Parts: sequence; C-alpha cells; structure tokens
Amino acid sequence: MIKTAEQLKSRRETASSQSGPNVKKRVVVSMGTCGIAAGTGDVLTALRQAVDSKGLGESVEIMETGCMGLCHSEPSIEVIDVTAKTSTIYGKVTPQQVDAILDDHTHAATLSSIPRTWYYPEDEANTHNALQARVVLRNSGNIDPESIDSYIAVGGYTGLAKALTEMTPAEVVQVVKESGLRGRGGGGFPTGVKWEFAAKQKAERKYVICNADEGDPGAFMDRAVLEGDPHAVLEAMTITGYAIGSATGVIYIRAEYPLAIKRLERAIAQARDNGLLGERLFGTDFSFDIDIKYGAGAFVCGEETALIHSIEGKRGEPTFKPPYPAIDGLWHQPTIVNNVETYANVCAILRKGAEWFTGIGVEGCPGTKVFALAGKINKVGLVEVPMGTTLKDIIFGVGDGIKDGKAFKAVQTGGPSGGCIKADQLDTPITYESLKTLGSMMGSGGMIVMDEDDCMVDVAKFFLDFTLDESCGKCTPCRIGNKRLHEMLEAICNGKADTGTLPKLRNLAATIKDTALCGLGQTSPNPVLSTMNQFPEEYQQHIHEHKCSAGVCRNLISYTINDKCVGCTLCARQCPVSCIDGERKEKHVINQAACIKCGVCYDTCKFHAIDRV
Amino acid sequence: MVTLKINNQAVAVPVGTTILHAASELGIDVPTLCHLEVDCLKVEHQVGSCRICVVEVEGRPNLAPACCTPVTEGMVVRTNTLRAINARRTMLDLLLSDHPKDCLTCEQNGNCKLQSLAADFGLHHVLYKGEMSEYPLDISNESIVRDLNKCIMCRRCETACNVVQTVGILSGIGRGFNAVVGPTGGRPLTDTKCVFCGQCVAACPVGALTALNRTYDVWKALNDPTKTVVVQTAPAVRVAIGECFGMEPGSIATGKLVSGLRMLGFDRIFDTDFAADLTIMEETTELIERVKSGENLPILTSCCPGWVKFFEHQFPDLINIPSSAKSPQQMFGTIAKTFYAEKIGVKPEDMVVVSVMPCLAKKYEAARDEFNASGARDVDIVISTRELGDMFKEAGVNFNSLKDGDYDDPLGESTGAAVIFGASGGVLEAALRTAADWLTGEDLESVDFEAVRGMEGIREATVTVADMDIKVAVASGLGSARRLLENIRSGKATYHAIEIMACPGGCLNGGGQPSIHGKDDILEKRRDAIYRDDNANSVRKSHENPSIIKLYKEFLGEPGSHKAHELLHTKYLARKNV
Repeated sequence: MIKTAEQLKSRRETASSQSGPNVKKRVVVSMGTCGIAAGTGDVLTALRQAVDSKGLGESVEIMETGCMGLCHSEPSIEVIDVTAKTSTIYGKVTPQQVDAILDDHTHAATLSSIPRTWYYPEDEANTHNALQARVVLRNSGNIDPESIDSYIAVGGYTGLAKALTEMTPAEVVQVVKESGLRGRGGGGFPTGVKWEFAAKQKAERKYVICNADEGDPGAFMDRAVLEGDPHAVLEAMTITGYAIGSATGVIYIRAEYPLAIKRLERAIAQARDNGLLGERLFGTDFSFDIDIKYGAGAFVCGEETALIHSIEGKRGEPTFKPPYPAIDGLWHQPTIVNNVETYANVCAILRKGAEWFTGIGVEGCPGTKVFALAGKINKVGLVEVPMGTTLKDIIFGVGDGIKDGKAFKAVQTGGPSGGCIKADQLDTPITYESLKTLGSMMGSGGMIVMDEDDCMVDVAKFFLDFTLDESCGKCTPCRIGNKRLHEMLEAICNGKADTGTLPKLRNLAATIKDTALCGLGQTSPNPVLSTMNQFPEEYQQHIHEHKCSAGVCRNLISYTINDKCVGCTLCARQCPVSCIDGERKEKHVINQAACIKCGVCYDTCKFHAIDRV
Repeated sequence: MVTLKINNQAVAVPVGTTILHAASELGIDVPTLCHLEVDCLKVEHQVGSCRICVVEVEGRPNLAPACCTPVTEGMVVRTNTLRAINARRTMLDLLLSDHPKDCLTCEQNGNCKLQSLAADFGLHHVLYKGEMSEYPLDISNESIVRDLNKCIMCRRCETACNVVQTVGILSGIGRGFNAVVGPTGGRPLTDTKCVFCGQCVAACPVGALTALNRTYDVWKALNDPTKTVVVQTAPAVRVAIGECFGMEPGSIATGKLVSGLRMLGFDRIFDTDFAADLTIMEETTELIERVKSGENLPILTSCCPGWVKFFEHQFPDLINIPSSAKSPQQMFGTIAKTFYAEKIGVKPEDMVVVSVMPCLAKKYEAARDEFNASGARDVDIVISTRELGDMFKEAGVNFNSLKDGDYDDPLGESTGAAVIFGASGGVLEAALRTAADWLTGEDLESVDFEAVRGMEGIREATVTVADMDIKVAVASGLGSARRLLENIRSGKATYHAIEIMACPGGCLNGGGQPSIHGKDDILEKRRDAIYRDDNANSVRKSHENPSIIKLYKEFLGEPGSHKAHELLHTKYLARKNV
C-alpha cells in the first residue's frame, strides 16, 4: 500500500530497476486491439518460444505494450538494446522473422524498420526536431499497461501525489487553468474553467466522469490511451476529484472496447490494492473511487447530457443546456465530464507544471493533439503533434503522403461533425479556431484523407449516413431534416436532382445547424455544407451533367471497352452478371442495360482497355 | 428578478423563468407544439424537441428554444425575425413531410395542434418531401389506439405516463428517423402494465393516440330491433359534454344529455350515479366493519379501473386492502342485467348496456373476463364523453337547444353523494356522509366534508365521526397514489380510508373528456359544477336514495349480504410489473 509520496518514490525506484541484471535486450510487442487484429499475438507466441528454445530467458525480456500508433506496419515490435541504449522498431513482423530479430536484429535486412523520427516519446519531444510530440501517448507503446509498476516506473501517480500532498484543490484548478488545456473531445472548452464551475458548487455529492464513448468513424485515439496507459486516466480522474471535491468517478466506455475495459478493470483493481484508489489517499482526508459503466455503442452518448442520462439508466438522449453538467449533472449533482485524451494530459501537467505545457503548441491552444490518421494515406496510424502543426506536415510529413502516388483531394477533420479541407488550405496551423474558420472543426481527432478517386458528394452522403444512424431522433431537424438532406444527396448521386435541389439542400442544412438540440445535430450538416462550399463544381457536375468525375456514383458512370482490348476474355469471365460478350482475341462489348457498374472488369483488365466515364 | 428585452420591450421576471413565459408576460405568443404545462401538478413538459418555438437571442450563434431557455440578465430576444420564422416554417414543413396529412379522416380533425399550426403559418405545400414512416396500428386493447405514423415525437405522452402517472411504460425507442415513442421492444400496449388511464391520449397534440372508437357498435345496437339498449352516464360526463358544443366549461348539461340520448334511440336512459349510491352502500359497510375490527386497514376505494390495474401491477403485495366492491359502472351493468332485466322480462343476452364515461380505462374494465354476473357481459359497450359528443353531431342533435329531460326509473334516481364521484375526494366524502349517519344512528345535517375536497395530488384529513377519529387520505393522479401507497407499505403513514383516482383531479379530468390541454381553469369549472349539482340535490346521502332502499328490499337484502357479495363484489389479480 502506498500511503505517502515517499513510499511512491521508493516504489518507483524498485520498479525502474526490475529488469534482471543480465538483461541485454528488451523486446516490446504492440498488443493493442489493432496490433492483435493484425496478428501480433502469433508474433508474441513465436517470440516466447524462440526465447525458450534458444535459452535466452535471462538476457531477453519480452514486454507487452499498448498501441505504438503504427497501424500501417502492424504487427510491430521494438527491440531495445539495454547496454548500447539503442532501439529499433520493426514493422509488419511475421512469426518466421522472429529468429532473425533475436539473433541479431541489425542483420535482419528484410524487415521494414521504422525510423525513430516518426515516433518520439514525451521526454524527447522538445529535444529532437521531430514531427510528433508525445504527451498524451507518452506511455502508450512504452509501458506494460497491465502492470501498475510499469506505470509507476515512468513517474506514474507522482502527479496525484503532488496534488494531494503539496497543493490545495484550488491550486490544482489554478494549474490546469494556467496550462490552458482545452477539452479534447472536440469542443475545446477550457478544462480548468469547467473544473472551477464544479468546484464552486456546494452539493451533497459531485461526480467525475470520463467520456470514453469514442464513436467517430475511423477514430481510435481514446481506445489507444485506455489500452496503452489506463492508469494515466485513473490518476487524472482522481486529481479531478480532488480539485472539485468529488469522491466518485465513472468511466463511461462503449462495450465494443473489450480490451480497453479489461485493462481498465485490471488497473482499477491494482490501484485499489496499492492504495491509489479508495479511502484516504496518500494519508489525506481525500477518498476517491472509480466505477465503469458500459455504453451500448451509441454515438450520441458521447454528448455529455446524453451520456449522463445513459449512466442514469435512461435513454441516451441529450437534453437542453443550460443547466450544464458542471452545475446540474449526474443524479442532478455537479459533474465534470472530460474525455480520455483530456485526462491523459492532466497528470503530465500536474507533474511538469503549466509552463511546460504552454511551451508546447501555440498561444491560446497549447499542448498536443492526437489524430487517428486514416484514409488514402501511406502511413495510417495514431499520431500526436503539437497544436499549430500544419495539416501539410501531418499528411505529407508524418503520414508520408498519399497512397499509390495519387493526387490529394481533401482531408476531413472532426469526423461526421467536421468538414473537408482542400489542398490550398493545408498550410493552416491546426487550432480549434483555425479549423472552424475553414468550415471544419477539431473534433475528437479523426482525420480522413481523400484522394482524386473520392467523390465529395458521396463523402458527404457517407458522413450523413452515419449521422442518420446515430441520431437519437429527439428533435425535428435532426430526425427528419437529416433524412431529407440524405435523400437529396441520394438524388444528386443518382442523377435525379434538379436545379432546385442545391438551394433547398443549402437552406435545410443551414436551418438544421441553427435549430438542432445538441452538438450532434448542430454539426451534422457540416460535411454537406463544407463539400458544397469547397467543391461546388462536383455538385454542379452531378446535377447538370449527370457525371461523377471520381467514378464513384454508380448511376452516373458507365464502363466501355476501348480498342486496347485484346480479347483475353478475363473481364467476361469475371463479370458477376455475365454482361460482357465477345469472341476470343476480338474486342469485347459491355451490355450497358445489364451492367451493374460493379467495376470488376475495370479492376481486372490488364490492358487498360476499360474506360470509366 | 431578471430584466431582459423581448422584441424591444423590457420585462422583469423571476430567475429561472423561460423566454416563453417572459414573452407571454409581454403579451407575445411564441408558437409551441411539444410544450405542455399541467397546471394542477406543477409539471411542465419542456423537452424542447419540436423546435417550433425557436427565437433569436443576441450573442448566441444558433436559435434558442423559448420553452426551455431560461432568461438571463440583459438578454436581448427577438421572437419574430425572418430567421426565426423561416426556421419555424421549416420545422413544420419537416414534421408534415413525415405525417400522413389525412386530416379529413383523422380522429383529431379540428382538435389537432399540428393542423392548427399549419393553418396559422399559412403553409400551403410541403417543400421537403421524402420517405414517410410506416408503423402498424396498435389496436391491441379496448381503450387506446396508437397510430405512430402520426407521432411527432413531442414526448408529451411520456411525461403523462412516466412523470405524472408513474406508470412508466412509454419511452423513445429506435434511432434517428426511426425513433418513435412506445413501450420497450415495441410491444403492444396490451402486453404492458399500461392502466389505460388515457392521460397520454389527453396529452397527445395530434392523432397518434386516440380512444378506440365504439360509436359504430352503439349505432348497430340501437338499430337492432331484438335488443333492449340501456345507457348509463357517469357523473363527470354531465359537466363536460357541453364543451363539445361550445358551452362554457362548468355548464351542467344533465337534462340536455338525457334528452339527447333519448333522441338517439336508447330504450332506457339511466344514470351511473344510481350505481354510485349503491357502491357507497357496499363500500361503507366494508369500511365500518374494518374500522370497527381494526383489521386490514386502510380500505382503498376501487371505483377507478386505471387505479385497480395500477395496483395489480405495481403493488401486488397490497392486493387485499382495496375494497372488494365493484366500480359503479360494473355494479350498474350487473343490476341492469339481473334485477332490471328480470323486472322488464328481457333476457340478459337481449339487453345491451352502453356506458358513457369520462374515461378510457372503463372500456378496458368492461372487457375484463370476470364481469359477467348475469351470464352475459355486464357492460357491453363503453364510449367516452367525446365519442358521445360525436354521436350527437352525427345524428344532427342540436344539443344546445335541447329541452331538459329526466332519467328513467328506477336506475336513474340518484343523490348528491353520487354526483360528487366525478371529482377527486367525492367517493370518500359520499362514504363519510353515510358512515357518519350509520355510526351515530342519526340523520346528521352537516354533510359537507370540505377537508377532502380540492385539486392537490394528495390530501389528508382526520374526520371525527361518532366520537371516532377516522384518518383519511385522498390521492388523484397515479404519481400521487404511488407516493401514498409507498408510505403505507413502509409503515410511514397509517389511515383508515383512502380514495384514489388515476387521473389528476379525478374523473372530471379523465382521458375520455374533451381535452383541456393541461389548463386548470377548465378543471376548476367542472369541479365547481359537480359540487353545485350536489348542493342542488334535495337528497345528498346515498343511503337515502329511495330506489336504492327499494333495491335492497326487493332484491339484494342487506348491504354486504351474500347476494350483494355475489353480484356487487369482485377479486383482484396480481400481475407482472412489466
């Protein structure tokens, strides 16, 4: 049991030197959900067997860790040479390659090794001229998330110790206020100010909620933190509890995150066992404990009032604010709702001070932001950059440019609530405000890159499709309005729209923004409006010329066979509806009436003999 | 106090006031649809879902719903800008785009808030057409029809069911465009603990929730020469039926009601009030027995079928404490088809008993399996006050110009004690009038037990009768009933007798009455009318009703006799609380 800051310190010392005296190599295996899905489990098994069979048990230590952020290269492992203090990360590792890596990894030339500049831990952030800076993800991929000692060894719980033993609650609030930390769930509301509201309330009970209901399509920032560094969230929630005078924390997490839940449960049990959750923490009068509530996977439950209703056992539906949860929240008591990434910043701020934090990022928008980089980009992954980094640096620097040498078309930030940003705007430094000016928003950190093959009307329809599914249906504009928007987009994509459609679409989208009840509804037309604003010519082309130049909208395209056809019959054999005719070694013809525009012929032809128009 | 400006006019209102109420202080009406106030319960339904009431607030990026936005100091509000008006029109357009628009054949035609808003806004066509919801009709029960295709998700029914009545079966289900209100899992009402009180129907601003209309069955019976059709009218009907014809709320229209029914062709026009007096005879006998023995207390009234089903589901452990006396409607049916049918030489199966009730649960009650004392259904068809109004209109009965008629004998004779059954507290007061006389053995002059009258959800009083202190309580609205019952269950409160009515204010606010849309003043007027009617009656004690005395003498014997028990009492059923 850790009851004093001193005890924590000595525990840290023991934990840091836990590796055996003869350990020469540490092999860190990325066991996040993404890694496991890519086959890291098999690599881990192979590693263990190889270490056993080679009798390397004393000199090689294997550690499971959370997500390293290298989605583009999973399964990935890091090999640390303890004596030489060097490290190499290997990507796309197969179980067969394990022997070579263990023998002498520098000779394993066949492996794709990842340059260290892509990936920097927290402490190196300011000393290297790297694109990434890891504050939130400082431990994810570096420590064993299932071991509290692993967390304590890297300074875990020292932020809490400092807050509880050296600071008053008001001072804690002050530090967070001074740090300028803003809500990373997307809204960007100053965290310290929110805490101050709740701290000032006089109430029987107060609650600290962690919003882990991450739901944007293609976003997995919070999952990575919870899987890779669960104690950081527990520590930060406890600090929040101390700051506002609450003894109860609730983590609202979607049940679709089983690994994160398992690691959280384990972390909570460990923290309790070690006296870091429970009664009279660090010998003070302050007690705090944390409970986990499972969400059924409704996007709208990421909205804080809906989340609170869901915890209360009611239908997860937003209610009108005010009253804000900081004043009237869970069970009508003052409640702080912050998201996972926000909490992940808090311990570091407490440990290193507000000034350190404001040194990262830009004025008014300090710190870093984690993005889930996805779409048509070479290095898909979880990245963390200082606020103020340009989109260009993220997409072409960290992300290594567009796949298959195609042309960049747009990037969607803010998920289904955000908007798309064009090539000529990529030099914009990322802040909450700058993205808003571009008609998008920060959101929780989804970043989807699109290339020349993406139809922007179809993209708008895709995001609206998501909103339609995820709307709770409470208010008229979101329930019926978004349905009508979607129907108009479908008409455009099917060539059934007319000149009146665009003004109707724009008016309705603007009215939905103006009238919807919650953040989900108010932002749901953003993808429509921003694609309309940024790519008006695509909408015009769909409506007036009945054409989709990206070749996505099936009803607006047709496939024809040109003179390059050599009559190899491959397309005819592959066609699922047998609508391609022709003799061997003669030019084939597609029966347009029967064609379902699946594009199989286009993809299979080796002679560029199929045109898509 | 908070000072703000609405449409350039300054107004000062208490902290916490919404823009909607502040505006109405200035005489500015902001149109609303989902918003509903239930005055007597201090419940304000302000879910803010329809977005019809949006207004511009200076400094706010988007429009604010007036019904749920509290005012702040120095707020500048504009309610009638082009932006706000356009937004409202768009909301209405969207609602209509997913609404059947079959107004001419809708049960709520002429009484629909969506219809009147569309008329007020001069909406001539629907701009945003598209797919429409398709839900099957829920006609699973005798009382309430749910046509979810007409549901506008105002959620008023949820507040009525969950907050006011605490029955708790309605919730939003489904997501997005497929979101609608209903019992969990989309079950039909009959498979739930719905008590059919009809408060949801009364709250529904459109035609999504309506009473199951039985007027056609009545027409059929009236036109069947082989049937003797008798009708009974509940106490609360006479003070509300006039509203269907533009009469002032609170008009007592008993005479016109009787004449109208006679014009429709009923063979006998009788009164549920007669059966209310009969109920008092049985219930008071039970009350006195229990008070004297001190056993099985408190006794709870059992006139209200919504309340009966409520405790069957929610308080099955207390199933022995309600009086075993049938409700007046069912006592009437029993006596009509036994005593009276025999008297006029008609077989029970050739007699049709029609009830006119302020209530939708009465439709359900009449259909309960056990109510067939004569071998045939005791009560065959139940129609609501509104349905009777429609029948009069359909038949061309010029209600307002009708001459007053009289009920037929013997089942039409009643006392002042019976008519007050229509108001919360009335049953208990009627019982006390009889109990006081019986316990003292005197004909007491003072019959007014003012302490049990009123509109509050729960009222308590201690009444001294024959040197005995009788502790009584009255609850109306099932939410209040629940609070009272929980106190009894936990032993926090003890009483001798309790009256409970499912609807707030009692039967005069029943789910089958002309809609009051939460407005208290109409209820007050109906209530005053009930007590005026009581005062005007020369006989004000049930046991002094000559026809009742005769009925016991000729047929039933004594109150509480074996025969009375056989015909006039019932048993309750513990049901699942889902």
